[in-house]
Amino acid sequence: MKISTMALIALLALGVSGCSKNTIPDPDASATAADGGADASTGGYGADGTSGGEFVDDDLLGPDGEMGMVIYFDFDQSELRPEYTDLLARHATHLANNPGTSARLEGHADERGSREYNIGLGERRSQTVRRMLLIQGASANQISTVSFGEERPAAVGSDEEAYSLNRRVEIKYTQ
Amino acid sequence: MRNPFMHCLRLSMGTLLLATLGLSARAELVIEITKGVGQRTPVAVVPFGWEGSDASEPMDIAAVIAADLERSGRFDAVDEESMLQKPTAGVDVDFDDWSIVGTEAIVVGKLTQTGDNAYSLQFQLFDVFGKKQLVGYRMPASRGTMREAAHRAADMIYEKLTGIPGVFGTQVAYVTSQGEGKGKTYTLVVSDADGENENTIMESRDPIMSPAWSPDSRRLAYVSFEGNQSSIFVQTLRTGNRVKVSSLPGINGSPAFSPDGRKLVLTLGGVDGNLDIHVLDLNSRELTRLTTDRAIDTEGSWSPDGREIFFTSDRSGGPQVYKVSVNGGTAERITFEGSYNARPRLSPDGRKLALVHLDRGNYRIAVLEMDRRQLLVVSTGSQDESPSFAPNSDSLIYATRQGRNGVLETVSADGLVRSRLAAGQSDVREPVWSPFPRY
Repeated sequence: MKISTMALIALLALGVSGCSKNTIPDPDASATAADGGADASTGGYGADGTSGGEFVDDDLLGPDGEMGMVIYFDFDQSELRPEYTDLLARHATHLANNPGTSARLEGHADERGSREYNIGLGERRSQTVRRMLLIQGASANQISTVSFGEERPAAVGSDEEAYSLNRRVEIKYTQ
Repeated sequence: MRNPFMHCLRLSMGTLLLATLGLSARAELVIEITKGVGQRTPVAVVPFGWEGSDASEPMDIAAVIAADLERSGRFDAVDEESMLQKPTAGVDVDFDDWSIVGTEAIVVGKLTQTGDNAYSLQFQLFDVFGKKQLVGYRMPASRGTMREAAHRAADMIYEKLTGIPGVFGTQVAYVTSQGEGKGKTYTLVVSDADGENENTIMESRDPIMSPAWSPDSRRLAYVSFEGNQSSIFVQTLRTGNRVKVSSLPGINGSPAFSPDGRKLVLTLGGVDGNLDIHVLDLNSRELTRLTTDRAIDTEGSWSPDGREIFFTSDRSGGPQVYKVSVNGGTAERITFEGSYNARPRLSPDGRKLALVHLDRGNYRIAVLEMDRRQLLVVSTGSQDESPSFAPNSDSLIYATRQGRNGVLETVSADGLVRSRLAAGQSDVREPVWSPFPRY
């Protein structure tokens, strides 16, 4: 088990450094030749440990007592619906008050159309949310974005009900 | 099997399963021809003769060849029952017996065992009415390469009869997903073009996207979301070794190998999420940015001469296809018909461009003739995507829907011959046709 323990430590280290590095453009990152990829590919899983749950903070709870971690978008739109203004203000304040905290914005699209183009549409939605958070006090190094396009639907189905649940940005606090 | 990733695999409790070629997968693709040309040429593939010390022949070669020819939609294989004779060599063929039943071409051959796991496959193709041999060939095979040899024979027969190189010996890479929600797994698979011989290349709990063949068919580039970050990997099929070639902050997507195999075109989004087309030199790691527009620029694809990149951009409002020189400069718009044209893929001969086209509310595959700039819709689904040309430029493969699952279809570039590859219970998408095999 010795090798596993060492590998685990290495993985955790990679995961943590991967997070803090996320918002800093690193031209050398593309030149990383990870032979076999096992270390690099599993490196992120240390950070992924939080994906199963969420931290609860008073300042994140809305009037209804809900945290509000998902923002939905209209068809073919990346503009923020007015109903989400307060919700994003709470997240921005939370980030501004907790500089050690960071959030990952996961953008998604519905299943229609081309897959890589949908990655672009999901990212555009993440960026809308990111800009709102930055404007209201969060700092750039606290926020990273990822787009899953149509690859991780929240609702299964090929109707407008499913589509409207899948056009979304999920806010994931990573620490 | 000794696998260098085994300790990792246990550590991540199966979150990432890396498998190399050699593992056979569960469901094999089953092919049904959904639409064929009106007049199919009747061809008789006579059961092959067998000489050897093994108890029986290791494979029904004639059946593989006949299935290949039928799958093309251009031929009807004559039933064994209606064969008046079953010759295994050209000298025994009585052409009159075959012309009576309307057979236009006949294939005869035999399999001979030459060693413990060594065989010789010989076949001859005859023009029944002209009473002459069109091609004859003998090739060595082992039990492991027997099916490949049969496909190769079918390729030679197909080319003699149609003038178009056959693609029965090629492979297809595609992505499947199984399960829902947290238990969902994604698999990158390579199979023969007839759906047989499936091999799992990579398996993950996180999405896998956009597989792309290297021109020598030895490597696949793909996007993986391991660790909730998109990264581009290049994996060598035989060894399973892979290299992470791009993992910058933001989007790393849409890889495609240059015709010389030395570069990848890819999409990078950066921290600000402005997707642009870049070219990465795989040796020097030098990165060249080709587009700077604030719109989404993605889905880059090389022209066969390696001088231009075709890509999707929504700089005009909706997605349309553009091209740009690999040296940069101004992009030129290519598509004008309709409000949605995306994911361009040029045929290897450079004469046709396949794309996803919004056709009266349906996302369908269309082929744009580059000379006349005429657009032909060749698929009939409502959510068809990911077109990829066969290396002979004559047909293409794409993903369509059957119920809730994605399935694969092939269609001739003129839209006349279509067949479906159904794949068990998994959701199949993003097929990419391999280049020609090297014999």
